[in-house]
Amino acid sequence: MEEAILKIFAQSVTRYFATVANGQAVLGTPYLSVDNESVAFDFSAVIGITGSHRGNIYYTAPREKLHALLPLIGEAAPDDRLCAELVGEITNTISGNAREQLGAGFMISTPFILEGKPLSVHTARDTTCYIIPVSWNRHSSRVLVSLQQNPGNP
Amino acid sequence: MKLLIVDDSLIMRRAIERSLGQSRFTEVHTATNGLLAVEMFERHQPDVVTMDITMPDMDGLAAVDEIMKRNPRAVILVVSALADKATAVEAVKRGAQGFLLKPVTAQSVQAALDDILSD
Repeated sequence: MEEAILKIFAQSVTRYFATVANGQAVLGTPYLSVDNESVAFDFSAVIGITGSHRGNIYYTAPREKLHALLPLIGEAAPDDRLCAELVGEITNTISGNAREQLGAGFMISTPFILEGKPLSVHTARDTTCYIIPVSWNRHSSRVLVSLQQNPGNP
Repeated sequence: MKLLIVDDSLIMRRAIERSLGQSRFTEVHTATNGLLAVEMFERHQPDVVTMDITMPDMDGLAAVDEIMKRNPRAVILVVSALADKATAVEAVKRGAQGFLLKPVTAQSVQAALDDILSD
């Protein structure tokens, strides 16, 4: 199950950068997050998942990467407010796009934005958190996928 | 012509507005959730609405319902990241004329608006 889910999110991330940044994002091999590991960059957004699955999707990126990306979407004067907005929109887009394969039962919340580098990220109980490294234009970022199929909502 | 852009993301509202360029729209209004969208629709009577779905307070599909109740001839383009077919079908069933999947580009927004306005 994990491999299929991770593939879906990898495709969503690839599609986002190919469309918006007009360039290929290179995805690293997903790995398991260790408890309390600090994986967040300067800006993160988290989306809660309910319905057919439960858990969270995070996208986290450093300020420099977001400053490089913002001009490509027309924002000539990047600042922290736009960086926060952008991680929210990226998280929303990659989570929403996943419904192409996961279906309408994969319910997503609006994004919650985190600024700074928290010591750890909060994931849903009994879920395993996988980290997908994303490299674009020599900048690193990460997608965190912490999901469990919800047996009550197939 | 008047356009109402509805999206809780500032990035998206600005991207859609920028994509219009020197277009036919002389008035552009924005709203950040479905409730405000309905209020802005009543106040400004826009010719076209771009509508996100996943938003706080009232989602875009409920806002399409409310707007269609007020004006069954409203022209609405749903712009959403929700990529399942059922959502796009549901949006059209409720009265939206088009569905544009995020991520978007200036070209895809322009093309989608041209398309629904030519109908």
